[in-house]
Amino acid sequence: MSDCRDEIASKLHDAFQRKQALQIKAGSTKQFYGRDIQAEALSLTDHSGIIEYEPSELYITARSGTPLREIEQTIAEQQQILPCEPPYFGATATLGGTIACGLAGPRRASAGNVRDCILGTEILNGKGELLRFGGKVMKNVAGYDVSRLMCGALGTLGVLMSVSLRLLPKPACEQTIVLALDSSTAISKMNQLANTPMPISATFYDGHELYIRLSSSLSAVEACKNEIDGEIVNNNDMFWTNIKEQTHDFFNSDEPLWRISVPPSTETLNISGENVIEWNGALRWYKSDADESTIRTEAERVRGHATLFKGNTTNQIFHPLPVSSMKLHKKLKQVLDPVGILNPGKMFAEL
Amino acid sequence: MYTPISTVDLVKQFHSVLPKDAVLDKDEQLRPYECDALTAYRQLPRLALLPSNIEEIQAIVKICKEYKIPIVARGAGTSLSGGALPHADGILLNLAKLNKVVEIDTKNRTATVQPGVRNLAISEAVKPHGLYYAPDPSSQIACTIGGNIAENSGGVHCLKYGLTIHNILALKILTIEGEILELGGKNLDSSGFDLLALMIGSEGMLGVTLEATVKLLPHPHDKKVLLAAFDQIQKAGDAVNGIISNGVIPAGLEMLDQLTIQATEMYCSPGYPSNAAAILICELDGYDEELETQVQLVKKILIEHQAIEVRVAKDKQEAELLWLGRKASFPALGNLTPDYYCMDGTIPRKHLAHVLESISNLSAKHGLRVANVFHAGDGNLHPVILYDANVPGELETAEKLGGEILVLCVEVGGTITGEHGVGVEKLNQMCVQFSEAELNTFHAIKAAFDEDGLLNPGKAIPTLHRCAELGAMHVHHGKLPHPDLPRF
Repeated sequence: MSDCRDEIASKLHDAFQRKQALQIKAGSTKQFYGRDIQAEALSLTDHSGIIEYEPSELYITARSGTPLREIEQTIAEQQQILPCEPPYFGATATLGGTIACGLAGPRRASAGNVRDCILGTEILNGKGELLRFGGKVMKNVAGYDVSRLMCGALGTLGVLMSVSLRLLPKPACEQTIVLALDSSTAISKMNQLANTPMPISATFYDGHELYIRLSSSLSAVEACKNEIDGEIVNNNDMFWTNIKEQTHDFFNSDEPLWRISVPPSTETLNISGENVIEWNGALRWYKSDADESTIRTEAERVRGHATLFKGNTTNQIFHPLPVSSMKLHKKLKQVLDPVGILNPGKMFAEL
Repeated sequence: MYTPISTVDLVKQFHSVLPKDAVLDKDEQLRPYECDALTAYRQLPRLALLPSNIEEIQAIVKICKEYKIPIVARGAGTSLSGGALPHADGILLNLAKLNKVVEIDTKNRTATVQPGVRNLAISEAVKPHGLYYAPDPSSQIACTIGGNIAENSGGVHCLKYGLTIHNILALKILTIEGEILELGGKNLDSSGFDLLALMIGSEGMLGVTLEATVKLLPHPHDKKVLLAAFDQIQKAGDAVNGIISNGVIPAGLEMLDQLTIQATEMYCSPGYPSNAAAILICELDGYDEELETQVQLVKKILIEHQAIEVRVAKDKQEAELLWLGRKASFPALGNLTPDYYCMDGTIPRKHLAHVLESISNLSAKHGLRVANVFHAGDGNLHPVILYDANVPGELETAEKLGGEILVLCVEVGGTITGEHGVGVEKLNQMCVQFSEAELNTFHAIKAAFDEDGLLNPGKAIPTLHRCAELGAMHVHHGKLPHPDLPRF
């Protein structure tokens, strides 16, 4: 529970002088995500603590090393939630890692991505300069949106010092219903339901059954339940925690796990291997031994992209970028990290 | 900085890639472009160009890159911050002809549109499918999606449905290098950095928007509108906190102060309680059963916060009447005064009482009346300074007062602009909000995309040497371009 900005800034400044590559670390729960890199560790674990929490203003500001658990417990006391429902992948998960990885959970399709709940960030750039972007208010259009650019950049553009997040009220009632459907029908069902005003907050298809979570007032949930007409799932919270944390049986495997992001109504993909579907069809997980290029080509065919989420065999984790885009990526990296010391190579070898 | 090429030669260059009537060079042809809705700033461009397709835009950008000619893209020209103010040496790129809805994809709930498509036209086009595009800036009948993207426009309903950034899925961008960047997609994330987020709200300085894919939402089952009156503005502020703390996110939550209530009553008689110090207008939407629960809850909260009157609109007509005064606030205030100047600061709501009191003190200090109308739910203030430009010095006083209000917003942890953008208007206050290192970062990002500084130069980010003079949204005797547009 302390403010270590000065100490971290001086470490960064020193690394900048020495051109010493750094690997940013805190809870180490998402270390698997991204390319393997070797560099001197820069720990954010001690830079922890909630700085400001205003339940009636729907925001919280906390240091990057703050345990995600601490944040979620604190806001839960006021009946609030992080809209993007981020996964932990381990008890020590921190706010910084959550933002840097930018991975959202089951609520993504209805409540937005991790970057959608970012209001502002304070970062240290690759020279150790402290910079603030965005703020604490939802509407803020002053300056380029550098704070959201940090989200999902895997620490390659700056070391997060603190983040302000927008919160949402916890729904009064959440229930899950399940329908037995084949894959193609499940995909169209999810999208058909998403076209209605029903308060659907998550969907999951395991290859046989479609799970639909409703989040609203008790009366609205009851009404929708009757309209969709499926079986009720008893342990609602546990079920979605297992999806979010990948402790569901499907994820219990040593096969490479591919995360394929596609337009939601895309038909079943031509990729071998068992798969499950989230986000109204927009997120497909595949356990597959198919070779990388086959999977990436298929993702591109449907205008999506593929990430080798687990089972790093090639060290080509993320979907390759077009040349023009990579050129800009390199220039932006140069702007924020001129000597390339922040998690170099974590996302792409060139960055 | 700019390569000397005569305007005659430049016209010849553009005639080789555009139809003759798409190149405007006569004074009377250029006059309509000399300002946007921030009329205090005027500048004729060297030329105005009216491309009608992507190939023509590419050809224009290529010529501009070669001769280092500044480019200012423009949609409907409704910016309140001078974002589309022309550059004296540059061309004005009017994208109005690119006004086609390219695709409506009901299965994925998206619409792909050209940049010149009007905001409201998107919702109109997809209405038969029961869908709509959520962000609704007050100028939505006229403003274009290209401009919305440049400004990251908000609106009355962004408390619940987000700003432009939360509702754009993909962009096709032309860089100054002539390359087409495809950012985002109909899927929900992308590989690499979030360039889509960086592009939205960048005020046309990083690329030219060629096409946008927007997220569509199903219409809510129903909506309800409530009005509550308070004898103290602080009680109204507390009630806003009460509503949100109780887990309700209204679709819209607006506050009007006494001066505004009186002005609207004189202007269009919406029937607001005339003895109120402040009123709140609260719109709730949702699934039928949920909505009824929320209406009852909000009513209870308003009464607990000592509202002197609470009304729930019985039908659509009454709901529209409740909204009428709010939507007519600016023209109503315009009736009280020859000129007014509207600010756009946003604050954390807990500082509301302090900020309103300070505004009132500043108002007394400078001897100008200030009315307060604002998006209460998200803390986006629109203090309106009433003045008379014909009284020597009053314009300067209004600008000074406005500037001090924005500094106050920054001091309490807010921002100088919630939804109108920096443009040329708030360059000075940018220096208050951002440090030298932060401004340098912005300039370096600009240079990463546009080395020669050709895209909308001089906007949004002040140079370190020159924290420019303060500008304003000045409405002189109601002579605003688009006087027909509502502004709220």
